[in-house]
Amino acid sequence: MLMFERRRIVLFVLPAAVLALGLAASARAAAPPGASDAWIRWLPGNLPLAGYVTLTNSSSKALTLVSASSPAFKRIEFHHSVEKNGMSTMQPVDSVTIPAHGKFEFAPGGYHLMLWRKHSIQAGDRVAVTLHFSGGAALRVEFTVRGAAG
Amino acid sequence: MRALVSILPLFALVLMAACSGGQTWKTTNITGAMPDLAFTLTNENAKTVHADDFRGKVKMLYFGYTHCPDICPITLAHIAAVLRDLGPAAGNVRVLFVSVDPHRDTPPVLKRYTKAFGPQFVGLTGSQEQLHDLAKLYRVAYSYGPKYPEGNYVVNHGAAIYVFDRKGRVRLLTTRNDPTKAIVHDLEQLLE
Repeated sequence: MLMFERRRIVLFVLPAAVLALGLAASARAAAPPGASDAWIRWLPGNLPLAGYVTLTNSSSKALTLVSASSPAFKRIEFHHSVEKNGMSTMQPVDSVTIPAHGKFEFAPGGYHLMLWRKHSIQAGDRVAVTLHFSGGAALRVEFTVRGAAG
Repeated sequence: MRALVSILPLFALVLMAACSGGQTWKTTNITGAMPDLAFTLTNENAKTVHADDFRGKVKMLYFGYTHCPDICPITLAHIAAVLRDLGPAAGNVRVLFVSVDPHRDTPPVLKRYTKAFGPQFVGLTGSQEQLHDLAKLYRVAYSYGPKYPEGNYVVNHGAAIYVFDRKGRVRLLTTRNDPTKAIVHDLEQLLE
């Protein structure tokens, strides 16, 4: 009777232990990214704005940013400024990937979030933008609005 | 002795280069390479203006558009930083921001835009013919990307900033990648 019960306990404990380890491992892999230096350059009127931020990924799996949303902006796209043969242009991108144990920079002259305003904002404001990653993770980032001339 | 003799011609050349005009330039010197500034455009007060209206001022010419969220503001902010470092002398500089997107960049839009960068910034635009005439002088290209459903479109434009002296002669070529110190140094020489 005792032996049978012990076996049953082991039968329960072992899978539970494996499951717990598995969850812990996947939690490490899906660790949310970090965000720093988040700012938006203000422009007058209703012109589209550029947002910049550095995203860091401390997990062992690459993270893909697929979209962004905000109560302050009716539309957010990702764009890449490119200079070719002395000509400046910009291309939309659907997503950007932050490598495992790496970072991705949205920075002036490179990648930027292009933001279409729902309402007016001023230099000095702090605006919340939620970044959405493939797999469902989301990161809420506060962007500081700076003046046009920096 | 032989070594000294062999480097003498090189030394002489360097001396000659340094002494020509007595000025060295930290941005790109294009004096004589392109025509004097000439244009007929519309300013931000909806008035017709000509290049001659800016005689006496050192002019920095840049082509762009206001719906450009990244490159144009970076470039204009860079110039604004240069003008801050110049101090009071900046009053004798005019930054001519020529919009190659006249459809969206009407005079009131331009006026509000340039005001955000500084009092020396002047917004100009014109008909396609007027823009083309000016762009052609400085071999500047611009084009329009496809229109998205929301109505937005990208305008591709040159990255260079052309600097003209007080008499309207083209003197320097610079970009947002030239350090502000270099541009300040050269503007001070043009303002002498």
